[in-house]
Amino acid sequence: MTQAQPTQSLPDALRIAGRSYASRLLVGTGKYKDLEQTRRAVEASGAEIVTVAVRRTNLGQKPGEPNLLDVLPPDRYTILPNTAGCYSAEDALRTCRLARELLDDHRLVKLEVLGDAKTLFPDVTATLAAAEQLVKEGFEVMVYTSDDPIIAKRLEELGCVAVMPLAAPIGSGLGVQNRYNILSIIENARVPIIVDAGVGTASDAAIAMELGCDGVLMNTAIAEARDPVLMASAMKHAIIGGREAFRAGRMPRRRYASASSPLDGTVV
Amino acid sequence: MKRSDAPLPVYFLAIVMQIVVNGENTAVSEGITLAELVGSLQLAGQRLAIELNGDIVPRSRWPEVHLNGGDRAEIVRAIGGG
Repeated sequence: MTQAQPTQSLPDALRIAGRSYASRLLVGTGKYKDLEQTRRAVEASGAEIVTVAVRRTNLGQKPGEPNLLDVLPPDRYTILPNTAGCYSAEDALRTCRLARELLDDHRLVKLEVLGDAKTLFPDVTATLAAAEQLVKEGFEVMVYTSDDPIIAKRLEELGCVAVMPLAAPIGSGLGVQNRYNILSIIENARVPIIVDAGVGTASDAAIAMELGCDGVLMNTAIAEARDPVLMASAMKHAIIGGREAFRAGRMPRRRYASASSPLDGTVV
Repeated sequence: MKRSDAPLPVYFLAIVMQIVVNGENTAVSEGITLAELVGSLQLAGQRLAIELNGDIVPRSRWPEVHLNGGDRAEIVRAIGGG
């Protein structure tokens, strides 16, 4: 295994498949201008888990051309290969098996089986079938799914190590569209629930964390910001702020005012 | 696996065969190994995975697996993705 071994006994650590992470922000590595910007944004985000895609090698590639895994070394980051672009369970399985070989018997994968190119919504029936097979083959499956609480529970029961409902369509930046569904998923879960997709800006990430999500996975919100490195830092703080607010427990909402200064002893 | 019976053009100095690499027809020396193919594509030393005719070939076996005409190889790597 080449995965990073994050520090144990962290306060309020995110635990996935037996490993602990200090950061609850997971980031993708697509859509950046170049590998240097990718590296700087990932570093500014503080993320320890980073997703990558598995694709055909360019045959015309110049020797010595930098590789993504040179700037994001697997001994520093937990690499999470995805099955993006797969529209069938079979394609997703094939991609995961290639990723396992590519990363030296790496077992942690992000499963996504897409239903259509316009919405990039998951094909949940194919996702369930693929998840079941991957778990049988010894993979640790973090699974992208819809915000359907019943399907989320089924995926947990199949043995997925994390369930990752969308907040809104991939790359849409619309924020958490159905807080009550996300809340229901969290309340019923025994594995980490990570909002994956749809976050647009820092407040969206904070809202997801305040709902009680265990983490947020995002890519476009950082990569398509005017200044991706600064947005990566904003997201890091939003995740920390949202998590602390969740743990602190917010005050009740009231319809009318409640004075903050004591009413006794006023001079007027 | 059956070798291609197609006649080879006479102007080749070495004996070559056709294989398909990442969907592209590619001429390679007859009987080369996967390790030699990776070297000839200037990909040696990179972090790759190879699927040959639909089956993954572990990196440790690249030096001993010889290719046949008509073989289909997929050579993949990690790139940016979300």
